[in-house]
Amino acid sequence: MPEANYPDDLRYHDQHDWARIEGDLAVFGITWYAQDSLGEVVFFDPPEAGTTIQKDTSYAEVESVKAVSDVVAPLSGEIVEVNDALQDSPERINEDPYGEGWLVKVRLTAPAEADALLGAAEYRKLLENG
Amino acid sequence: MTLAETPMQRERAETIYEKSKPGRRAAALPEAEVPTQPLEELIPANLLRSEPPALPEVAEPEIVRHYNRLSRRNFDLDTGFYPLGSCTMKHNPRLNERVAALPGHARLHPAQDPRRAQGALELMWLLQSSLAEICGLPHVSLQPSAGSHGELAGLLLTRAFHADRGETRSKVLAPDTSHGTNPASVTMAGYEAVKVATNERGGVEMDDLRAKIAEDPDQVACLMLTNPNTLGLFDENIEEIAALIHAAGGTLYYDGANLNAVMGHSRPGDMGFDIVHVNLHKSFSQPHGGGGPGAGPIAVSDRIEPFLPRPQVVRREGENGHGPFFDLDLERPKSIGRLRGFQGNFGVFVRSYAYILSLGADGLAEASETAVLNANYLKARLAEGRAGKRLPVAFDRHCMHEFVLSGKPMKKELGIATLDLAKRLLDFGFHPPTVYFPLLVEEALMVEPTETETKESLDAFADAVEQILAEAESSPELAKRAPYTTPVRRLDEVKATRRPVVRQPL
Amino acid sequence: MPCSGRPNTASCWKTGRATPPSGFRSLLPVTRYTSATDADRAEMLAAIGVESGADLFAQIPEPLRLGRPLELPDGMPEAEVYERLAELAGRNADAEREVCFVGAGMYDHYVPAIVDAIVQRSEFLTPYTPYQPEISQGGLQVMFEFQTAMSELTGLPVSGAGLYEGPSSVASAGYLAIGATKRRRFVVSRGLHPHSRETLATYAEGFGAELAEVGLADGLTDAAALAEAVDEETAAVFLQSPNFLGAVEDVEALGEAAKRHGALLVVACDPMTLGVLRPPGELGADIALGEGQPLGNRLDFGGPSFGFFCATEEHIRRMPGRIAGETDDVDGRRGFVLALQTREQHIRREKATNNICTAQALNALAAMVHLAWLGRRGYRELGELLVQRTAYARQRLAAVDGVELLHTAPVAREFALRLDAPVGPVLERCAERGIAAGYPLGRDYPEHEDGLLVAITERRSRAQIDQLAEALAAAIAEHPSRGSLFADRAKKEPRVGGRAR
Repeated sequence: MPEANYPDDLRYHDQHDWARIEGDLAVFGITWYAQDSLGEVVFFDPPEAGTTIQKDTSYAEVESVKAVSDVVAPLSGEIVEVNDALQDSPERINEDPYGEGWLVKVRLTAPAEADALLGAAEYRKLLENG
Repeated sequence: MTLAETPMQRERAETIYEKSKPGRRAAALPEAEVPTQPLEELIPANLLRSEPPALPEVAEPEIVRHYNRLSRRNFDLDTGFYPLGSCTMKHNPRLNERVAALPGHARLHPAQDPRRAQGALELMWLLQSSLAEICGLPHVSLQPSAGSHGELAGLLLTRAFHADRGETRSKVLAPDTSHGTNPASVTMAGYEAVKVATNERGGVEMDDLRAKIAEDPDQVACLMLTNPNTLGLFDENIEEIAALIHAAGGTLYYDGANLNAVMGHSRPGDMGFDIVHVNLHKSFSQPHGGGGPGAGPIAVSDRIEPFLPRPQVVRREGENGHGPFFDLDLERPKSIGRLRGFQGNFGVFVRSYAYILSLGADGLAEASETAVLNANYLKARLAEGRAGKRLPVAFDRHCMHEFVLSGKPMKKELGIATLDLAKRLLDFGFHPPTVYFPLLVEEALMVEPTETETKESLDAFADAVEQILAEAESSPELAKRAPYTTPVRRLDEVKATRRPVVRQPL
Repeated sequence: MPCSGRPNTASCWKTGRATPPSGFRSLLPVTRYTSATDADRAEMLAAIGVESGADLFAQIPEPLRLGRPLELPDGMPEAEVYERLAELAGRNADAEREVCFVGAGMYDHYVPAIVDAIVQRSEFLTPYTPYQPEISQGGLQVMFEFQTAMSELTGLPVSGAGLYEGPSSVASAGYLAIGATKRRRFVVSRGLHPHSRETLATYAEGFGAELAEVGLADGLTDAAALAEAVDEETAAVFLQSPNFLGAVEDVEALGEAAKRHGALLVVACDPMTLGVLRPPGELGADIALGEGQPLGNRLDFGGPSFGFFCATEEHIRRMPGRIAGETDDVDGRRGFVLALQTREQHIRREKATNNICTAQALNALAAMVHLAWLGRRGYRELGELLVQRTAYARQRLAAVDGVELLHTAPVAREFALRLDAPVGPVLERCAERGIAAGYPLGRDYPEHEDGLLVAITERRSRAQIDQLAEALAAAIAEHPSRGSLFADRAKKEPRVGGRAR
């Protein structure tokens, strides 16, 4: 994805992760800014389905040729699905960070945590100031 | 713009396996000379190999030609300038190769009886003494095979030291500017790595250091530093830093990567360090070999000495009227044990000892002085003109043997990154400085010229940088697509890592 | 620019030393590799904007300035340094002075002359680690060729570009195993080189693992004891074949215990025997590694050499050290780069798979050239030659009065004997005849106090083996049995090579 893009229907974490909330489930991924900083992704080391992850803590790593980045959980929950397609095609994270490049699907344990997340406009402002 | 290919570019890479043809061979081996038996009668059939490994089948002239041609696809120090920060790419004297090849050294078996290896053991002992004097710490082990091996040794020594006092500590502090091997060694030694911040002067941020210690003083095992640091700056607070760590009960470890700045002028032992590793492949002229061999001997204080690795080269007084002799001491009850086989990289010791003999006390001090002079001169040249504006020095004070520039303005104003500058320098016949390290400086360029460069060499480098920046003002594309004249151009590292091909299929 | 603060330059030539701290020296009769003339220095100092070089050292606090010359000898001209080093070399009984039957992990093989020629080339000898791949294709392609060769030799698909040497490679395998399995226990055969066992123990003290040792029976790892020792907490089982006593182990059978419990099987092997012996990769090893010295590298009193480290695909992301990978450049030219750098310390820092940075690249090049010179058939033939001469030597020596085999297990190039005489004095007598008869086992294997390990290379001719037999026979005859007579003799300062000390 060549142009910076931050869809309005998502919620954002200041460590450059997004969440798409659908009831008590949520899909997580990394933002355009994160994949752009990292460069071309070569490897995604996923956690296992069934793992519980905590908001604000790292649950996985994404690697480019010259860097490794922690992926931070925007919300707490139990992982119900991992995007296995990334094993063979990690470049989806760069090409479509909000679609095919999704990382994990989670059953939320504390949905109210979403209030602490940023909206698209706020996140864009954070990037401008940072 | 289309470019013709250089002859070397036109020559596509071909491995030795691809030059192989069944039936060709180089080696003629001796006859058995002894009565032979079928192998299955000597070794059970299920332990025997059926198909020999697919090694190349090439005659000698082709082997020589292959590796000679391959060698020319390398840039090297004997050919050009190599200002890699904290690598100390100084001249590798050929005398050292000659003496290392003397059969008395080169064909000596490591398990030879010490009484018949006195020349080797004395050499090691003399090298130990020399390094002790240079570092200002009395006890030296030559066993570690590289700097990071020395770091691991130092941390294991620290662990043993505390265990001996009935203490268990879990944390090792290191600045955010430290070389990656430092935290990697910390983890391998079973400790937790804790980062300490750097202040605006480029030294350790003292308040942060005090805070990190205060969090849990009984858990602080060690602080790892290099001084001058990877910014090329001597930390004026080093005495206070030593006092703080020692008061908390921890050890102070010196990463000797930057020793070239201070040989004969200041000694880590006098600065308060307990354990020092020295990179013989940096300050002591061992050729870098494209990635080793090197050696990382350690020098330690009295209180750390009992824990040194086994064996230790010692000098013993003779008995029955015989003179003193050199020996391998294995009786070391508190030793951390072995870090590797036999005694260490002896061939490297021979070369470094020859270097120390060649330079002597004055030569070593002069080497450091000239290293510092050359670095400051190059820094001054790069503070002029375009480089001064686009590649400002990260910390504006006299540096020691190296300095760090930031490519941030260059990136912002000209649209070329430090990486692009580095790649364009290749076309000018220079090895670029270290890039993107230390992490503290954005778009970092770490420059260490060393003492063996002429003033003309430094001027030529500064001129090249100026020219590249001038080019970039009108045609940034030039640097972004560089290099053009190297045997291959920019390589697809993503492809190499996504689907690693690490051997030839045969 | 005054010399050392003194007005008269000529006086520096005479005295050569006694200079003030952090001042400038010029024209000293020492070897140095710097070029800065007085004129250069003046120009450079002016450009920097300081009066003297001492100003640049002002950032070192006064109390920390050494303030005196280093207490080391004056520098020496090259010819004198050479003499000094030659004198030291002259006091070593190297393999040219004593026929070398000592092995124990490092062997007196013949290294062809082309290895020296290639390894001494500036372009291989003097560059740094290939961080700028465009100008390091020579080194990177050599790594790729080497990785291919070691993968072929060991039968495992992935090889690194080399580690320091054998024993520390074993320790690195331990570190990989605890990361991969999350278990903290190692089961180690007593047949593993003593230095490997010790080094593994030293490293384990740091990263946290316990070692359980399994003994030998008639020279081979005790299979029942091994099966007993391996459990669900075992991260890795360590075997060596041929083992330290020269015995070829049934790795496949022994390895079952590891498989059953999900432990990694780590096999240390001898790179000169893999033309003849089934490689660890065909026997179930997850990791095959070892001391690479026999390939292309001199004895050098123990180093530098290199360690080879090969593994299954599964472990590629946990491999220690550099790995070269193939790729293309922007114009589609084939090239090589350092692959999977995110394992390494310069990127991963505290999460790196290992702390190794500088390894032994030049020594790996030497190995590759040697392997190319031996070639597919030569490598195999050399292995066969070793087996045949070893069989002969073993038979010949066992026939000597007072010598018997320590074990009867199959061997490839090294074997263990038991002497009916104290090993120390026997070795002395052999040395007087110009033969280094072998490695005394007693120090590392107290249960084999009278044990001697004898190694064979292609340089050990039949005539030399016969001479060894005669020397042993004579030496043992001189010291027929233990007793107080011997005990007194042993305490005397022994003669070295017949010369008075």
